[in-house]
Amino acid sequence: MSVDVAWAEAWIRSSAKVLSEHRAELNTLDREIGDGDHGENMDRGFQAVLPKLDALTDAGTPGELLKTLASTLISTVGGAAGPLYGTAYLKAAGAVSGSTELDGPAVVALLTAGRDGIVLRGKAEPGDKTMVDAWTPAVDAAIEAEAAGASPSLILAAAADAAEAGAVATEPWVARKGRASYLGERAIGHRDPGAQSTALILRCGADAAAQS
Amino acid sequence: MKKLVNDPKNVVDEAVAGFGAAHADIVRVSLDPVFIVRADAPVAGKVGIVSGGGSGHEPLHGGFVGFGMLDAAVPGAVFTSPTPDPILAATKAVDGGAGVLHIVKNYTGDVLNFETAADLAEADEIEVRTVIVNDDVAVKDSLYTAGRRGVAGTVLVEKIAGAAAARGDDLTAVATVAEKVIGQVRSMGVALTPCVVPHAGEPSFTLADDEIEIGIGIHGEPGRERIKLEPADAIVDRILGPILDDIPYASGDKVLLFVNGMGGTPQVELYIVFRRAAEVLAERGIEVTRTLVGNFTTSLEMQGMSITVLKLDDELTALWDAPVHTAALRWGK
Repeated sequence: MSVDVAWAEAWIRSSAKVLSEHRAELNTLDREIGDGDHGENMDRGFQAVLPKLDALTDAGTPGELLKTLASTLISTVGGAAGPLYGTAYLKAAGAVSGSTELDGPAVVALLTAGRDGIVLRGKAEPGDKTMVDAWTPAVDAAIEAEAAGASPSLILAAAADAAEAGAVATEPWVARKGRASYLGERAIGHRDPGAQSTALILRCGADAAAQS
Repeated sequence: MKKLVNDPKNVVDEAVAGFGAAHADIVRVSLDPVFIVRADAPVAGKVGIVSGGGSGHEPLHGGFVGFGMLDAAVPGAVFTSPTPDPILAATKAVDGGAGVLHIVKNYTGDVLNFETAADLAEADEIEVRTVIVNDDVAVKDSLYTAGRRGVAGTVLVEKIAGAAAARGDDLTAVATVAEKVIGQVRSMGVALTPCVVPHAGEPSFTLADDEIEIGIGIHGEPGRERIKLEPADAIVDRILGPILDDIPYASGDKVLLFVNGMGGTPQVELYIVFRRAAEVLAERGIEVTRTLVGNFTTSLEMQGMSITVLKLDDELTALWDAPVHTAALRWGK
C-alpha cells in the first residue's frame, strides 16, 4: 500500500494502457466539441514514455519518474494537452522531489501542484469546462480525505472519485476556454475530453496505489 | 471516406518529405524533428521568421517558406499544434543573429507550444518575439472564449512581415509591421461540407445536405450559426458584413481582398464569391487595390471559403508588392 517509485511506475504504465484503450472514446468526445484528436495525442505521448521506463536501470524517486513523463509529454503530445499535462507532471514532480515514499500530505501536495501547473499554463478557472474541472474537485477531495486521516491510497481514491464526478459535471456546461469555447451553447450536453482523460489518469493512480 | 494516404500515422512525415523533394530549390526539410526551412537558412543578419501549426491547412505554412516570406515552417500532426522541440529546432536553424519572429495563430495549443519554445530559445540566447494572429471575426465574444482564431489573414501577416525582414528591418520593426497587419486584417469563413482528419477516418462534424456553417474555423470548429444553403451572393453578404463592421472604414480606403478556398471548393466558385465581394466593397466606396484568390489556408478537403479584408496603406502595399519566392506564392524575383 506504499506510494513510492514502484507506485509511480505502475501509475504511468497503467495510464498508458488505459489511455490506449480509451483512445477512440476520447477522440469521439473531442470530435463533438473540439477537433477530435485528444485520444490520439494522449496515446502517442504515453506510449512514448514506455521505452524510457523500460530503459531505466535505477527507477529513482517518484518525482524523477514523473519528470521523465512530463518532458516526454511536452515533446510528443502537441496541441494544448501536451504543455498542460506536461506542466502538471513537472510541477507535481517538483512538489515531491527527493521523497522516496509519499505520505498523505505529500500526495496532496503532488495533486495540488499538478492542478496549479495546469491553471498557470492554461489560465482556465473552475467552471470553464476544461480539465481543471476534474483536477480541482480531485484536489479538494484529497485535502478533505487527508484531513480526515485517510491513507495515501485512500486519498488517491477520493481524488479519483471526485475527478470522475467532476468530468461528468462538465456535461451541461458552456465552455469558456479551448476550442469548445467557440461552440457556445452547442457545447452543452457534451463531456469535456480533457476532464475525462484527467479522470482516467487519476483513477489509474488510485488503482496503482491500491494494488502496490 | 477515400483518401490518398498510406498509414495515417505517416501522413505528415510523408507529405513533408514529398514537399522537400518537390521544392528542393527553395527549401530543406528535417524529418526528425519535422520542420521546413529556406534552402539558404540561416540568412546572416536578417530577422528569421518562423510560423507553424497543425497540418491540414496546406499550403499554410510550408508553402510560404522561401525568399521574402517565412524562413521556417513547423507542421504538427494534422490539426494539432507542433510540440516545442521542432519549433525550437526551426528557430535555431533560421537564427541569423538578428533574432527570430514567431507568427502564431491564436489557438490554445499553438500559443502554449510556441510560448514554451520561445522560452527555450531565449535560454539559448536567441532573441524571440511573438505575434498572435486573431483575424476571425466569427468569434463574437472573445471575453468568454479562447479569443478570436487565427485564420487566412495569417498568410498576409507572413507575406508582409517576411518582406519587412527581407528589406533589413530589425526584430522590433518586423514585429511592429506584423502587429500592424494583425490590427487591420479581418476574416470570416463558411463551410458547405465537413472535413475528415486522416487518422480519425470520419467527418469532424456533420452538416445536412442543405446546411452550411457560417463562421467556420479552419479545423471545422463551428462559427456563428448553421443555416440553409443560400445563393453565393447572399452568403458573401452574410460574412462580409461582420468583417467590414469590425474596424472603421471610410470612403476611399484601399484594401487587399483575399478570397480563400478551404480545399474542396473549385476556383470557379471562388471567383463568383470574389465578384460579389468586390461589388459590395465598391458600393461602400472601398477601393480594392490588391487581390488574392485561391486555396491558401485550407481545412483538408472541406468545401467552403473565407473572405479576408486587409486595410492597406502605402507601407503595407509596398511590402505586399515586394518580391517573394515560395512554393505557393511567387512574384517579382
